[in-house]
Amino acid sequence: MEFHGVGIGRGLAVGPVLRMPEPLPEPADQPSSLSADAEQERITDALAATAVTIRLRGEKAGGTAKEVLDAQALMAEDPTLADDIAAKIQSGKTAERAAFEAFAGFRDMLLGMGGYLGERANDLDDVSQRVVAELTGVAVPGVPDPDYPFVLIARDLAPADTALLDLDKIIALVTSDGGPTSHTAILAREKSIVAIVGATDATQVADGSTVIVDATAGLVIVDPTEEQLAGVRTELEARSAEVPVPIGPGALADGTPIPLLANLGSATGAADAVALGAEGVGLFRTEFLFLDATIAPTVAEQQEHYTALLSAFPGKKVVVRALDAGADKPLAFLNTAHEENPALGLRGLRALRANEQILRDQLTALANADAATDAELWVMAPMVATVEETRYFAAIAREAGIRTAGVMVEVPSSALLADRILAEADFASIGTNDLTQYTLAADRMLGSVAALQDPWHPAVLRLVGEVGRAGVALGKPVGICGEAAADPLLAVVLVGLGATSLSMSAAAIAGVREELARFTMAQAVEFAGIALAATGANEARAAVLATISKSEQSNQPEHQPSQKVE
Amino acid sequence: MAEQSIRVASAHGLHARPASLFTQAAARAGVPVQISKGGKSVNAASILGVISLGINYDDEVTISTDGENAEQVLGELVTILSTDFDAN
Repeated sequence: MEFHGVGIGRGLAVGPVLRMPEPLPEPADQPSSLSADAEQERITDALAATAVTIRLRGEKAGGTAKEVLDAQALMAEDPTLADDIAAKIQSGKTAERAAFEAFAGFRDMLLGMGGYLGERANDLDDVSQRVVAELTGVAVPGVPDPDYPFVLIARDLAPADTALLDLDKIIALVTSDGGPTSHTAILAREKSIVAIVGATDATQVADGSTVIVDATAGLVIVDPTEEQLAGVRTELEARSAEVPVPIGPGALADGTPIPLLANLGSATGAADAVALGAEGVGLFRTEFLFLDATIAPTVAEQQEHYTALLSAFPGKKVVVRALDAGADKPLAFLNTAHEENPALGLRGLRALRANEQILRDQLTALANADAATDAELWVMAPMVATVEETRYFAAIAREAGIRTAGVMVEVPSSALLADRILAEADFASIGTNDLTQYTLAADRMLGSVAALQDPWHPAVLRLVGEVGRAGVALGKPVGICGEAAADPLLAVVLVGLGATSLSMSAAAIAGVREELARFTMAQAVEFAGIALAATGANEARAAVLATISKSEQSNQPEHQPSQKVE
Repeated sequence: MAEQSIRVASAHGLHARPASLFTQAAARAGVPVQISKGGKSVNAASILGVISLGINYDDEVTISTDGENAEQVLGELVTILSTDFDAN
């Protein structure tokens, strides 16, 4: 049996399968056949047992996970919740239904409070599932934790799941849902875990089966033959003998330099990024400075952070993105209005423009930090949709003393008019996650449309190509700073479309560096053409892979004498 | 009934770890303790209740109890509220 999905990276692994348990169904709302006292006794025992289990897991996990789990144990023992459940049981509900409803009530309240508290809603859901599992005597849903290494197969993984995963035990990750920008894919790239996402029906594989996970081919082979297993072992040995491309500047096989930069969310990750070979920062997100604040941080406070960041990259490029917030990532002082469609609302540069002093303060703090350090500071505006917005940002940035001012291309309108946008801006940086979301009208946050969120889609690539072409014509740099740049093969295609630098999570740099070194610019341009001509994202990926394997076979005919080469 | 008002010192307010420590201490007190903010009052031993108050850094909260050893119980809880657990 085989399953096909989208491979993340080029890893290869073999091991026994464990599946993530399915979430429990909602307990039916039917009158209890037991007395209220009997139901009350059941729930009291179940809550106590759940708290004990969670605490034990916390002891085992230690560190931050222990704190999260201890807080979860307290939720199970919560007196307010217990009162709520007791009242529902008195009204004739079963213990299961009463617990489910009481937890859901608190969950909705936390979600309504948003932000950090909204995230705790997941914790509450987890406790709720555990209590219901305890009551019904079924397996507790959650992350498998055996004492041997395994291949984890799941529908998709939530951040709450991955926080509890012992990554050292995971040989490979396979998901049936979720695309190449899903949380699972991002985690796999960051931690260099062999992974295949979107392998439809893979959750049917039985626990304990042996599987081969081949990310290069996007293939999961269940119960492989001895011959297939031997092939994997040979290949793994050959790979471990391969000399890795040494850490150094990114370049194509013909020597064309393609600087590899890091995406950072705070100054603390800078040293790690440099160690992993980042040649600078291609996207520095500044939201962390503002997230927990009820008023905007002062120029002096911001300047201190920016100076720390820039000091880590003497002589190197650091691209800072101005505050990117909106109704989907609300900040108390920026925009608190409720919006039906936050992705299409007052966000990015639009929100900054409505609060111009915040933008001016940030730009001043950045210019001051630039003057005090030796890094090469570039600053860009998020979510720019028009030429007029570009002109506005470039002017206000230069006025504040920013020497290099650019824009993010995330909206199709900016990509389509890239020649006019780049006439005003010093550079463009393509945010492929949002560009894909807007091009395919598929909400990034919505699992049910995750399959559409694939930057390999030729429509997205065509827009990237528009920006690349404008960059070449005007002699302006065009960077990529979305998840797409972390996909090694797609990175080559993006270079073929005109990207002059690639920025990604630092852990992904090694894989991309290696892939770039395999191909020349002529090949990258050829792959770009092939991908652009495809009918969809999967077709584009498959067509480029087919071209590569064809050329590898024709280069090494002695290894594949029986293979037919067209 | 004894009560005391205090401003919360934890940089991220009374969420997660500080909230756990606070509610655990309140539960250990063995007497009912209430915590209130802006007119809404909840059981201080209830982590969900405390979280639902949405207590942020520098918010003023009032804790009260009419149990035994009220002064000692409140003193202990005030110490927790005036500690910045997010500092390290």
